[in-house]
Amino acid sequence: MDKIQAKLEILADAAKYDVSCSSSGSTRKNKGKGLGDTGSGICHTYTEDGRCVSLLKILMSNICIYDCAYCVTRRSNDIRRTSFSVQEVVDLTINFYRRNYIEGLFLSSGIMKNADYTMERMVLIAKKLRTEHNFNGYIHLKSIPGASADLMHAAGLYADRLSMNIEMPTNEGLKLLAPDKKREDMIVPIRQITNEITQYQDERKVLKKVPTFVPAGQSTQVIVGATGESDRDIMKVASAFYSKFKMKRVYYSGYVPISNDNRLPALGSQVPLLRENRLYQADWLQRFYGFSTDELLPESVPFFDAEIDPKLSWALRNMSIFPLDINTADKSLLLRVPGIGLNSIHKILSGRKFGKLTWDHLKKMGIAMNRARHFITCAGLSEPTKDLTEMQIKGMILAGSSGKFLLNQTQLNIF
Amino acid sequence: MDVLVYDKTFEGFLSAVFYVYEYKLADAHICKEAPGTVMFGRTIQIDTDEAKAKRVLAGLSKKLSHEGLQAIYHAYLADTLQEEDTMLAYIRHALASDHNIEKDYSNFAVLRMQRVDCMVHRERHRMKAFIRFKLTKDNIFYDGIEPDFNVIPLIREHFEKRYADQQWIIYDLRRGFGIYYDLQKVETITITFSEESQGADSILWMDQNEGLYQTLWQQYFKSTNIASRKNMKLHIRHVPKRYWKHLTEKALM
Ligand code: SF4
Repeated sequence: MDKIQAKLEILADAAKYDVSCSSSGSTRKNKGKGLGDTGSGICHTYTEDGRCVSLLKILMSNICIYDCAYCVTRRSNDIRRTSFSVQEVVDLTINFYRRNYIEGLFLSSGIMKNADYTMERMVLIAKKLRTEHNFNGYIHLKSIPGASADLMHAAGLYADRLSMNIEMPTNEGLKLLAPDKKREDMIVPIRQITNEITQYQDERKVLKKVPTFVPAGQSTQVIVGATGESDRDIMKVASAFYSKFKMKRVYYSGYVPISNDNRLPALGSQVPLLRENRLYQADWLQRFYGFSTDELLPESVPFFDAEIDPKLSWALRNMSIFPLDINTADKSLLLRVPGIGLNSIHKILSGRKFGKLTWDHLKKMGIAMNRARHFITCAGLSEPTKDLTEMQIKGMILAGSSGKFLLNQTQLNIF
Repeated sequence: MDVLVYDKTFEGFLSAVFYVYEYKLADAHICKEAPGTVMFGRTIQIDTDEAKAKRVLAGLSKKLSHEGLQAIYHAYLADTLQEEDTMLAYIRHALASDHNIEKDYSNFAVLRMQRVDCMVHRERHRMKAFIRFKLTKDNIFYDGIEPDFNVIPLIREHFEKRYADQQWIIYDLRRGFGIYYDLQKVETITITFSEESQGADSILWMDQNEGLYQTLWQQYFKSTNIASRKNMKLHIRHVPKRYWKHLTEKALM
């Protein structure tokens, strides 16, 4: 018992820097009175750092032949090394799942011996869960760079999601910090899975019997603040992953200093949480509010404003389209008003069919009026003063919301 | 003012609504318990009548969609909020109107009902998340909970689908009833806890491996946390303190 607990301590600790914990996007049904289903994407608890715990997120092994500078598991790091057996991971997953602790398993690993040796064991774990235990919970496998096409394909048949973390937004960053890793070793499997997902989806349209293949799609993660990239660089890379590889999610992970390597921010330096938060906000705005990277970060503005969120920054740069009449403005424009979210927009659009909406209604809908008031007109609200400058509005909003900033506030909506 | 007291059942509430319409009461309040004193007006004890309840539902279903009816049921399950007056106002608005009013957010009862529905939904979601089964010696996975609202009826199907190959019990300690799945079907049950069983979570009940998995889960919870990102405010917002008592990972190690 002690042995398994010690392994869990090490291998959960080493896996925690992967921020993804999503368990939604798949709708695996419980077939023939088996165990589990997916689709609810439940966060079963939250760690003290406020992150969702939905999956058992562990490394299979923290033995690694590579030496990526930003990673605790790197070869040259002097740490305790250990590995779970295939059966140990299976038992932990099943027993945690049966107690309703988790939605499923998120398995990654250091590279033992070589890519295929490692990937084969990971696939075996997924296969055992699915076939021996009739397990229909969520399985996320983090693919090993350089894994063969056959193993990637097998992984796709058992997993709900596959990910491959690109980690370094630029090629230069990768060369500098992860000299063993080749970009191609990551891109080739990602492209293979993208193509196969499309293929399976097409076949399923014709034949119902075609098995599911990575139903929750692919994701990746980039580290923020380990090297010198701008926010614009990062957003550009993320956009490419969304469009080219149809990624379901790109995660941003503020670099947590773990070594004294002089290529990296020193131990004890702050995790760039605010920057990470801005990136999530922008990511969200791009996916659901119709903003583009070039709108949020034009070439002249390579970094997000630390004081205000990307939506408000954009609005202040584009005051000419405001104020908007809440009772008549088009949905695509309402989406751009600071302080008004998707839920409120839905309520505004429904509510205004029944009658004129007033300030009172907007407040009851949960709209952040101290922001929105500068950009809208409606009954009960005095016209926004036309001649306020951008800086004055920013000042007024900041004064009214001091201390309200909650880290990770966008992540709440996301997970 | 008339105060209508019903027996805490949904049918009872609907019978009270029937009464309001039968006697054309303009100023009526519906509640679960008779208030100590009513200064101006009467207190009326409502007899629950299934036939009348059905008639109210039938009338409402001509004016409301499935979701609209569900919103009323959910507000009823929010038993600790005492939203009967909002529910009545919502029903009056729905019946008086010649079109569907569910999205009429210019009406304050509609807005409030929407809010209550959200709160019930959140509590339901929490209970899907916060159930922590413990394996008993009888090979039944058991958990006792104390939810803010009466959400067991709303989570039953989720657990029935998910845990189809194990026996389980979810028990509402606050309201004194639970549900039991015996591998075939789900039944409503009540349990009489003996003195020695110390309520619910005693190790006397537990399977010999149960302690091991609890320890491993606590270990995992600790190890997966990133200390340098600590944010207790956010943590507590997601996992409010009143739930800690029943969460294995928050129980004292
Ligand atoms: S290959 Fe993966 S586990 Fe190994 S050092 Fe690089 S990032 Fe870490």
